[in-house]
Amino acid sequence: MWTPRVTANSPRISIGLGRQLGPWLGVAPFFVFAALFLVLPTGLLLVGAFQNSDGHFTLQNIANLARADIIKSFWLSIKISAASAIGGAIIGFALAYAAINGGLPKWIRPTLMTFSGVASNFAGVPLAFSFIATLGRLGLVTVFLNNIFGFNIYSAGFNLLDFWGLTLTYLYFQIPLMVLILTPAIDGLKKEWREASATLGSSTWQHWRYITLPVLWPSLAGSTLLLFANAFGAVATAFALTNSSLNIVPILLFAQIRGDVLHDPNLGYALALGMVLITGLSNVLYIMLRARGERWQK
Amino acid sequence: MTKKIVSWIAFLFGALYFLLPLIATFEFSLRLKRNEYSFEAYRIVFADSTFQAAFLYSLVLAFVTIVIGILIVVPTAYWVQLRLPKLRPIVEFITLLPLVIPAIIIVFGYIRMYNTSSILPLTQTSIGTDTLLSLGYVALALPYMYRAVETGLRTIDVATLTEASESLGAGWVTTMWKVILPNIKSAILSGAFLTFATVIGEFTFASLLNRPTFGPYLQLIGAKRAYEPAALAVITFLITWACMGLIQLAGNTRKIAGDKS
Repeated sequence: MWTPRVTANSPRISIGLGRQLGPWLGVAPFFVFAALFLVLPTGLLLVGAFQNSDGHFTLQNIANLARADIIKSFWLSIKISAASAIGGAIIGFALAYAAINGGLPKWIRPTLMTFSGVASNFAGVPLAFSFIATLGRLGLVTVFLNNIFGFNIYSAGFNLLDFWGLTLTYLYFQIPLMVLILTPAIDGLKKEWREASATLGSSTWQHWRYITLPVLWPSLAGSTLLLFANAFGAVATAFALTNSSLNIVPILLFAQIRGDVLHDPNLGYALALGMVLITGLSNVLYIMLRARGERWQK
Repeated sequence: MTKKIVSWIAFLFGALYFLLPLIATFEFSLRLKRNEYSFEAYRIVFADSTFQAAFLYSLVLAFVTIVIGILIVVPTAYWVQLRLPKLRPIVEFITLLPLVIPAIIIVFGYIRMYNTSSILPLTQTSIGTDTLLSLGYVALALPYMYRAVETGLRTIDVATLTEASESLGAGWVTTMWKVILPNIKSAILSGAFLTFATVIGEFTFASLLNRPTFGPYLQLIGAKRAYEPAALAVITFLITWACMGLIQLAGNTRKIAGDKS
C-alpha cells in the first residue's frame, strides 16, 4: 500500500537506465565467454590450416592431407563411425519401437529411457574398461564361450582392439543415444494411421513401406548422421581401449597435439579442419532433416 | 502376436547387450585375489592417494564449472526470454557448437590461442591452466546447462515475476537472485548434475592440458593394472547413475510443486 508512493521518484532514473543497459550487460558475459572459449580458439585453429610456418596464406596444408597415412586414418575413422552409426541406428530404432509400439509391458518404456540416459553418458575411459572385462582376452564372455562351447573368439579372428571391437564398444553409447533422439519421432506416429491403413486392407509390410518409413525416414537418416558425428569426434574410448594402436583421425590428432608426430604443425591444423568439416556437415544435415521430420510431430 | 514376439526379442537382445558388460565388469573387479571373490581391488583404489587427489581435483573442477556455468547461462537465458528474443537463434546456435565441434578440436584451439608466447598465456601457470580447463568445461557443458535453464524459464511467467519484483523496487541483480533463481531451482539442478556427469571423468581436455584429474588417472591405471580399472569403471558407472537419478528427482519435485499450485 505504501511502497508505490515512497519509491516512485528515486529509482525511476536508475530503472530507466537499467532497462536500456541491463539486458545487454546481462548477456555480455555470455558473448565474451563464447568468443574467447569457443569461437576464437576454433576459428584461429582453422585459419592455421591455411597458413604456412611464416603465417602466409597457402593451400599446401590441405594438399598435404592427401598423404597416404592421413587418408588411411580418415578412411578408418569414417568406416568405424559409419558402422557404429548405422548399427546404432538400426538397433536403437528396433529397441525404441519395441518399447513404444510393440505391446510390451508398460514399465519397459520408462526403464529403457532412464537407462539410455545413463548409458549414453557412460562413454570414455570407463567404457573401454568395461569392454576389456567383457570381450578382452580374459573377459567374462570370452572365457565363458571358451569354457562352455570350446569356442575361442580370438582364434576365430575377433580382436577387441581393432575395427569390430571398437565398433561394438561405440554401440554401447550409440544405441541409447538413438533411442533418446528417435523416441519423439516414434511417438509422432498416430494410431489412426494404423487403423486407417488396416481398414483399407493393407498388410503389415505395406503399412511399413508406405506409411511408417516415409514418415520416419528424415528422423532416421538425421539421427544416423548425428550418431556418425558423435563417433567421429570421440577420443577417450578409443585411446583407452587401443592405446593409440588404431590410427583413427582423433587419435592421430591427439598424438599430433602431444608431440607433433606429423612433423608439421600446420598439417595438424589442416587435420583439425578436416574433422570439423565432417562433423559440421553431418550436424547441418541432421538439423535440416530433423526440421523435416518434425512436421509430423505436431 | 508376431509383433509381440519380435518386440520381446528386440528387448531381450538389448538387455543382454547392455547388461552383460556391466555384469562382466563387476565380476572382473572382484577377481583380484586368486580363487575367491573379494573387494580387494576397490580397497586398493580407495586407499590410493593418487586416486583421492585426482578425484578431489575433479570434484572441485566440476563444482567451479557448475558455478561459472550458472552465472553465465542464467542471466543470458533470462534476458533472451524477457527482452532480447531476437538474440535467441544466435544464442541457441552458440550453445549447440560444443556438440558440433569435437572436444579435441576445442582444446587444440586453446593450446594454440593461450600458449606461453601468446597475449594471454594461460597455459604458462598451473592456476592459469586450471582456469582454462574449467572454462573449457563450462563450454563443453553449455548445451546441457542452457537447455535445462531455458526449459525451466519457459515453465514460469518471467515477465510477471520481473514486473512484480521491480515494482517493489528491486534491481535486476536482486530480481535474478531472489526471484528467478529460486523459481527455476530444479531446472538448474538438473543442468548441474548433467554438467557434473560430463566433467567428472572427462579425459581429452584434462589430458592435453596436462592436468592430473580423474579422467587421465583412469587412463593411467588402465594402462598399468588389471583389476583396478574394472573397479573404477563400476565406481564411475555408479556416479553417472546417481547423477541421472538426481536429475529425475529434481524433475519430480518440480512436477510435485507444479501440482500444488
